[in-house]
Amino acid sequence: MSPPERVLKVDIWRGGESGRTQRFEVPERENQTVLDVVTYIQRHLDAALAYRFACRVGVCGSCAMTVNGRPRWTCRTHVSRVVRRGKLSLAPLANLPVIRDLVTDMTPFFEKWQAARGRFVPGDGPRDEMAAVSPGEKHRIAASDAIECINCGVCHAACDLVSWREDYLGPAALNRAWAAWNDVRDGDRNGILRAVVSGGGCHNCHTHQSCAEHCPVSLNPTFSIAGLKRETLKAKLRGELK
Amino acid sequence: MTPLSYLLQRGTAMALVPLVIIHLAVIIWAIQGGLSAEEILSRTRGSLLWAAFYGLFVLAAAIHAGIGVQTVLREWTPLGRRAATGLGHGLIALLLVLGARAVYAVVWA
Ligand code: SF4
Ligand code: SF4
Ligand code: FES
Repeated sequence: MSPPERVLKVDIWRGGESGRTQRFEVPERENQTVLDVVTYIQRHLDAALAYRFACRVGVCGSCAMTVNGRPRWTCRTHVSRVVRRGKLSLAPLANLPVIRDLVTDMTPFFEKWQAARGRFVPGDGPRDEMAAVSPGEKHRIAASDAIECINCGVCHAACDLVSWREDYLGPAALNRAWAAWNDVRDGDRNGILRAVVSGGGCHNCHTHQSCAEHCPVSLNPTFSIAGLKRETLKAKLRGELK
Repeated sequence: MTPLSYLLQRGTAMALVPLVIIHLAVIIWAIQGGLSAEEILSRTRGSLLWAAFYGLFVLAAAIHAGIGVQTVLREWTPLGRRAATGLGHGLIALLLVLGARAVYAVVWA
């Protein structure tokens, strides 16, 4: 006779901004990720459960949720690492409006990327002229350290300042701005510095590294933000931030 | 926080480190064997050194406290930028006046 199946007790947020948690019981498996648990529930217990995922391998950044109180990517979080006394509690990511169940509205998150000018602006040199950027150049190294962001929103959910100040641009947007500023091909690098000193800009960061602690791909937005603070200050003192 | 207030906040913090250490060290040293008002005043009266020391102390502490409180208000209360900045500046002014009076009292009065 096979041993009795072990069961996970899973509490999941149901509803929008207001709602309640619902308990599901899911068979425990070896090597099960949190996303596997959610998918099991949606396939076998409640087809109406709303959640998001795409790649299942930690690339797309769409599967982040609050797992036992902490923001995490769920496709690469093993249940065995986070389960507490056979229980999992799952909620949508913090600091973002809830659409339904485990799905948040990421619009404010991406609006902040735009507000921090986290995008490339071409210069006005001729198009066929290839910019030569050496891999050992200091800006290139700084950009490489910040570029691998998967836009998962975990750091945004982990940042107290984002929850206190609606206008704070947040770790992901500022980290992106730092990567963009370090792209020496950008046509308006001071434009990025201007964008990140505005009201809810980089100087508000408390440097407490909650963002870095939670980032699933081990980026360090705090470090990027420190770089922005330094460069904006230099530009300001040189009178370039008019 | 603007780049300027950020610079002031960090700058005053750095200035306060030696000022607070000297302040505390002198207190501990001075109270050995009891301390009277006359004893303090005999040291501070007419001393430009102590006037400069505590003048700088008051300036740095006032700015540091004002910017800090302004930040806390912005993060922890629903106050907007203007109200928080106004209260922060008010606190700076208040601390400057109180501090300047105290420095004046122990050095010149
Ligand atoms: S270090 Fe800055 S961005 Fe990161 S969590 Fe703290 S306040 Fe937010
Ligand atoms: S910096 Fe890290 S935690 Fe933040 S959005 Fe990018 S990958 Fe996610
Ligand atoms: S599903 Fe793509 S990162 Fe998790």
